[in-house]
Formats: sequence, structure tokens, C-alpha cells
Amino acid sequence: MAAQESPNGGGAAGVASAPVLRLEGMHKHFGGVVALNDVSLELRAAEVTAIVGDNGAGKSTLMKIIAGVHQPDEGQIWVGDEQVTFADPRKSRAHGIEVVYQDLALVENQPVFMNMFLGRELRNRVGLLDKRGMKAATQQILSELDIRVHSPSMTVRNLSGGQRQGIAIGRATHWAKQVILMDEPTAALGVQETAKVERTIMRLRERGLSVLIVSHDLDQVFRVADRVYVLRRGRMVGERRIAETDGDQVVAMITGLDRSGAREDAR
Amino acid sequence: MATNVEKMERDVRSDALPLVELWHKAAANRAAVSKLAVYPGLVLIFLVFALTLEDRGFLTSVNLLNIASQAAPIAIMAVGAVFVLSAGEIDLSIGSVVALSALAAASILQDYGLVLGVAAGLGVGLGVGLINGLLVTRLRVPSFLVTLAMMQIALGLSRMVHDLQSVAVTDQTFLRWFGGGQIGDLSGMVVWALAIGVIGFVFYGYTRFGAHVRAIGDSRRAAATGGINVNRVRVATFVISGMTAALAGVLTAGQLQAAQYTLGANDLFAVIAAVIIGGTSLFGGRGSIVGALMGALLLAILNNGLILYGLSAAEQSVALGLIILVAVVIGLREQKD
Repeated sequence: MAAQESPNGGGAAGVASAPVLRLEGMHKHFGGVVALNDVSLELRAAEVTAIVGDNGAGKSTLMKIIAGVHQPDEGQIWVGDEQVTFADPRKSRAHGIEVVYQDLALVENQPVFMNMFLGRELRNRVGLLDKRGMKAATQQILSELDIRVHSPSMTVRNLSGGQRQGIAIGRATHWAKQVILMDEPTAALGVQETAKVERTIMRLRERGLSVLIVSHDLDQVFRVADRVYVLRRGRMVGERRIAETDGDQVVAMITGLDRSGAREDAR
Repeated sequence: MATNVEKMERDVRSDALPLVELWHKAAANRAAVSKLAVYPGLVLIFLVFALTLEDRGFLTSVNLLNIASQAAPIAIMAVGAVFVLSAGEIDLSIGSVVALSALAAASILQDYGLVLGVAAGLGVGLGVGLINGLLVTRLRVPSFLVTLAMMQIALGLSRMVHDLQSVAVTDQTFLRWFGGGQIGDLSGMVVWALAIGVIGFVFYGYTRFGAHVRAIGDSRRAAATGGINVNRVRVATFVISGMTAALAGVLTAGQLQAAQYTLGANDLFAVIAAVIIGGTSLFGGRGSIVGALMGALLLAILNNGLILYGLSAAEQSVALGLIILVAVVIGLREQKD
């Protein structure tokens, strides 16, 4: 893979804003297996950050800690200036963090607007579902993100994979105040739908959100991300600005081999 | 690279996918068909019976009101079953709960009065539903097995409580309000069924609770991810199912002025059939309260018509089973994608 310019080499990269989310010294083990060992990272507003690494490097564990699904054994989480703990996913969401899971977590037999408000349905004055309000809000977010769905009342089972991904991202966008995590956002999609999702990610950055993606697709990381963190066997081996690195370097960091094939770090 | 993304983007827009959209619309309609199939079925069977059984009194108002009364207890239970099935569970204990709650209400009524009698009857449903729900969610036993066992237990208890004897119900106030009375020409039973139907309809389709029930039956993981307390909602559906069965039992005791362990023996089959015919998915996530009411009505009409044709009880059972098999197969074919 050739060295590539990030589309946003200038933009947000120049502004050193305070991190919206900061993880420090994350340790996590499952039984005897160390999943994360002293991992730290920072997410900033209006920036797309990627986490890459081989299978078992700890990417999913890290995502799940941010989502509140797992709790770290050690380490601190900061949202802005506030130190927090995410005891469960609700806590994480309460701090403006939303997750787009790889399986999308949609309910297939429900219309788009009910999925958008799943578990957080709006109610009208008499306490019944405010379907009109939910449809209107859904329509608005779909138009804003240019997610093409015939109508908010369409049932999810009748939508394409790309449309479903769009709904899941739209839902996260509607609720997220700070950070959106995306776990392999385009793994199940074709070329065109992938492009569409990447375009949506750009829009989220334009809206000032911090986007964190886990992706196997290095080309994609170089297309959409501003910064990349590399995990290897539970350790953070490096952080690079996309504008200042290239694919070879990142691959070398992922595998732990230098460009000639020798071990970079003899541990 | 950004231009690349934009270019791919343009490609997506260039083929506006009219065929795909058409296909999606067709698929959406097909899913709707299974919910609507009960209506033409109802009309068709009604017309056939009206034409062929006119001379045997099918169309007389007495007979039609009788059909409505027959449908009522099944309809009440069907409302509860829609909640359970939509949550992706099943409750096989409802038939036994009818007998046990009827007996509980009838016996307490004699000695302790109306309020406690009714409370005892409904309490049976509450208790059985709660136990079902807790066993399913805490011990993670499939609801099929839990409620199958509960069906036997409740049946055994209802045989034990009065040693297979029936209990007479004589409390006039109870009889007037629960199953025995009339409003105009309509039996009180039918009024109860309509009331439960309306309440069920609103709760199922227009409250957060109803939405959560359907979401859980669709994808438990997605529902949990959305912050829904999945197990609490699952337990609630079993309680609703138990309570509707208990209410049907109490009302039946009032209607017959007696309670007996044989009450509700055939109700499980009728309720599940009514609900499936009414467009509720056996696999969870989708259902229809109005459809279930219509399904109950359809079964009552069938039953009535077959009696008027002069079929014996045994023959009726066979005919009804066959008809329902066909109806359910049609319903299931449409429910699968």
C-alpha cells in the first residue's frame, strides 16, 4: 500500500483541542489472559480516530470498556475534566457516548423510527408512544446524514445492509453528544455502501463529534481517520497522525516486524 | 482519496435502485398479508355458513350472540398470549390456570365473599405467571418446558382442591358482574372481552412496554443494548398471560355458575390457534391484538357451524384440527421471509 494523504490533513488536525474522552493505564484480563496491558488513548472532538491491530490484540476489549460493557481492572476514564466509571452501558451513554455495534443491534420487525428510539421511546402527554414526534425526528436525522430510506415507517427487515448500517449510525448520531464508537462499520458491506458509510463518518466529524472506529481495513483507516492507534497483544504500540505515516509503517507496527522482516522489539 | 469516496458515492446515486425499491415494497406487503389473512377468512367462513346453515338458525341473533359468548374467554386469553408470543416465549399453562383460578374463586367466594373470591382467582394467575416468568428468566429454562410442567402442576392442583367435585357459585352479585350478567343483549362475558381487547390493544401498540415486548421477541440483544430491562419485561408478559387466563377462569365460573377441574381443558389449543391465525408470529417480535380477537371469533364461528352441521364432538375435533392446521400453515408460510 502506498503512502496516502489523509483527506483532512489540514482541517481538525491543526487544532489541538482538549480530549473529550481519555483512557489512562487500562488493564484488563480474562482469567489468565491479559487482554489489555497499560493502554491509554485520547479522543478529540471533530476527529476520526482508528484502532487497528491483529485479531486478539485487544481492540474489542477496549471498545467494550468505553461502551461500559466491560469494566477495566485498573485505569482511569476521563470525560472532559471529569473522572468517570462506566459500570454498565447506560452510564456510558449518559456521558454522551454511543456505540454502533457490528451486528447493528436493530430490531428487524420494527419500523425505522422505533429502532431510532429503541429503549428511549418518546411519549406524549398521556403517556402513550409519540409516534409522530419520533417519525419527524427520524426523518430529520436521516436527511441530515443523507441516509436514503423511503420512509421512517419502513420496516428494517426490508432495508439493505447499507441502509441498516445507516440507521444504526443515525441512531448513534441522534443520541451521541460526544463520542461515537463504530465496530467494523463496513465489514458486511459492498463497495458502494462502504463509500456511503465513510461519507457519513465524514459528516459526523463535521458535526463536531469524535468518532472512534475499529477496522480491519487499513485502506479505509487511511481514507477516513485523522489518527490511528495500533494495538498488539494487549499493548498500545503506537499512535500516529495519518498525515504523517504510511501503510507500511502501520503494518510494521501491527505485526511487530520491521520492513525487512526482523523483529522490531525483542521482548 | 476523498475524491475517491465521493466518486463511489456518485456511483451509488446513479443507479437509484428502482427495482430494489419495488422488491422491498412487495416484501413489505407480503409481511402485512399474514396479519390481514384472518379478515377474508372470517368473511368467507361466515358467508359459507350463512348460506348453507341459514335454515338451521346460524343467522339468528340468539346464535350470533352465543358465538360471541363462546369466543369471549378465548379472546381474553388470546390477548395475554399475544404478549407472551411477541416476546418470543410461550405459555402452555393457561388452560390449567383457567380451572385452578375458577376453583379458587368459587371456593373462596362461598366463605369469604366477593372481593376475596375474585382476588383469589386472579391471584392464581398472578402467582403462576410470576413463577413461570422467574423460572424462565432466572434459571434460563425454555418457557416451553417451564410452562409445560406448570400446566401439569396446576392441573393436578385443580383436581386436588375439591377432589374432582365441582363447586357451585351462588353469589348473585358475583354472577351479575363476572360472566353471568347482560348488557342489553350482549352477555357480560363479551363486554369483558371487548374491554380487555381495548386495553391490550393500547398497551401492545401504543406504550413503551408494548414496544419493548416486541423488541425483545425480535432481538433480545438489541433490546438489551437499547437499555431495556429484558428480564423484567419477559416476566411481565408471563404475568399478563397468567392474569388473562385467570380472568377467563373467573368469568367462566360465573357464566356456568360453577367451577370444575375440567374447565379450560381445550382452551390452550384454541388460544394458540386464534393468536397465530390472527397474524402473531410464533417466533416473536410481531403480533396483533385485533387479529387475535378476530382469530378467536373465527374459531367460535367454525365451532358453531360444525355443530349446526350435525357433527359429533369427535368429528368436530378432527375437522377443527384440520382447518386450523391449514390456517396455521398458511400463516407461518407468510411469516417466514
